[in-house]
Amino acid sequence: MIRVDVAIVGAGPVGLFAVFACGQLGLRCAVLDALPDPGGQLTALYPEKPIYDIPGRPTVRAGELVADLVQQAAAYDPVYWLGQRAMALAEDSDGTFRITGSAGETILARAVIIAAGVGAFGPNRPPLPGIEAYENRAVFYHVAQLERFRGRKLVIAGGGDSAVDWALSLTGVAAEVTVVHRRDDFRAHPASVAQMKADPRIRLLTPYQLAGLVGDGVTLSAIEVERIGGARERLEADCLLALFGLTGDLSSLASWGFDLDRKTIPVEPVTCATSRKGIYAIGDVAAYPGKLKLILTGFAEAANAAREAYARVHPGKALHVEHSTSRGVPGFQALERAG
Amino acid sequence: MKIMVHRPDGSIEAVRGEDGLSVMEALRKAALVEGECEGALACASCHVWIEPEWADRLPPPDGAEEDMLDVAFNLKPTSRLSCQIMLTDQLDGLALRIPASG
Ligand SMILES: Cc1cc2nc3c(=O)[nH]c(=O)nc-3n(C[C@H](O)[C@H](O)[C@H](O)COP(=O)(O)OP(=O)(O)OC[C@H]3O[C@@H](n4cnc5c(N)ncnc54)[C@H](O)[C@@H]3O)c2cc1C
Ligand code: FES
Repeated sequence: MIRVDVAIVGAGPVGLFAVFACGQLGLRCAVLDALPDPGGQLTALYPEKPIYDIPGRPTVRAGELVADLVQQAAAYDPVYWLGQRAMALAEDSDGTFRITGSAGETILARAVIIAAGVGAFGPNRPPLPGIEAYENRAVFYHVAQLERFRGRKLVIAGGGDSAVDWALSLTGVAAEVTVVHRRDDFRAHPASVAQMKADPRIRLLTPYQLAGLVGDGVTLSAIEVERIGGARERLEADCLLALFGLTGDLSSLASWGFDLDRKTIPVEPVTCATSRKGIYAIGDVAAYPGKLKLILTGFAEAANAAREAYARVHPGKALHVEHSTSRGVPGFQALERAG
Repeated sequence: MKIMVHRPDGSIEAVRGEDGLSVMEALRKAALVEGECEGALACASCHVWIEPEWADRLPPPDGAEEDMLDVAFNLKPTSRLSCQIMLTDQLDGLALRIPASG
């Protein structure tokens, strides 16, 4: 259990800048993210793309911007909880919030800033009825241990690098490997694709997509596939590895006591206050009329929410306002003195 | 210009399209798709099925759109990501379907 002034849900660019904005006001933060690394969409979806509309940065690679934001936040020594989803929120009688993460740990905070973007990043699950029941037994979204696939009749669904690479490495482990993909082309390293196509042990089923799971809810006996635009067929199989990348999921915030549209949290413009006192939402997840979903908008919202959080953490205490040029930043002040 | 949209429940809605907008933007104004990533080809929440008679009248999908369709579900031969289709007067009457899910 740790105690901080402000808990920030989401370590995307906006959550990271919120650490700095809070730090400037003397507030210590903990930041949670479902992903193992900070950066949100920039890390998960486009680390190599250049961004051109960050004020003062004519061009910056997404991954580089994340590294810089982490460095900027480091001055205020945030606690990072990565690879862990924020699941539950409770409030003590004195107004302290308790956030429980999916690993079972708890953060105590006086204010909460939700910078959840499009939701907690996790596997993009195919919408097959009953799929949850098979997860981690017969349906997997990543390979943690090769041994789980030993001797199984495996279907790999997807057409990217991970589908191709796992098909190649699991042929020697699984009893059978069938790759189901919606088209003949694979968006993967050409040499690996050629190797997969040449391997007689790998059965390629294109252009096909997943259509259903057949089993008793515990054990899978077959997987239904559908030719794109055509008929369904049954593949005898007892294991599915579904590799469709990442997607955001906001469902774990549904019971946190603030209004939540399906994909956004309505907030008051400027203060970023949600409908629950002491909880603020910023960045892509926060919605108000005229909202622009841009990184720079989120940065400004972070600065505003930090001020509101200050008032919540220090009720009745006036906020002495200073620019960063006057206030300085811990590490840099030390550097300047040393120089 | 109009886009004729078949909803999953079978009803048909004529959505107003504007020159210079993407089909996704027009559909999103009518709350028919989400268009979560603003057309950055990162979400597939703008997936539609183009009616077959219109499919060949659209510029074909480029490589990046094909790559994103790889992680969409419920595909048909005429599946497209509507954020990649720009509206022009030639597309007046474009008919498409909203997939039941995905
Ligand atoms: C391909 C692409 C290109 C883009 N180009 C630009 C551009 O040029 N300029 C621009 O300004 N914007 C651009 N954007 C948009 C920009 O990436 C977003 O506006 C920005 O990422 C929003 O930041 P955020 O911190 O609000 O949310 P996100 O980046 O979405 O981060 C949110 C984080 O919160 C985590 N999270 C959510 N819920 C939980 C939970 N319950 N528990 C734990 N963790 C949780 C998620 O895992 C995620 O890591 C682009 C987007 C894409 C996809
Ligand atoms: S809006 Fe995200 S891919 Fe089209």
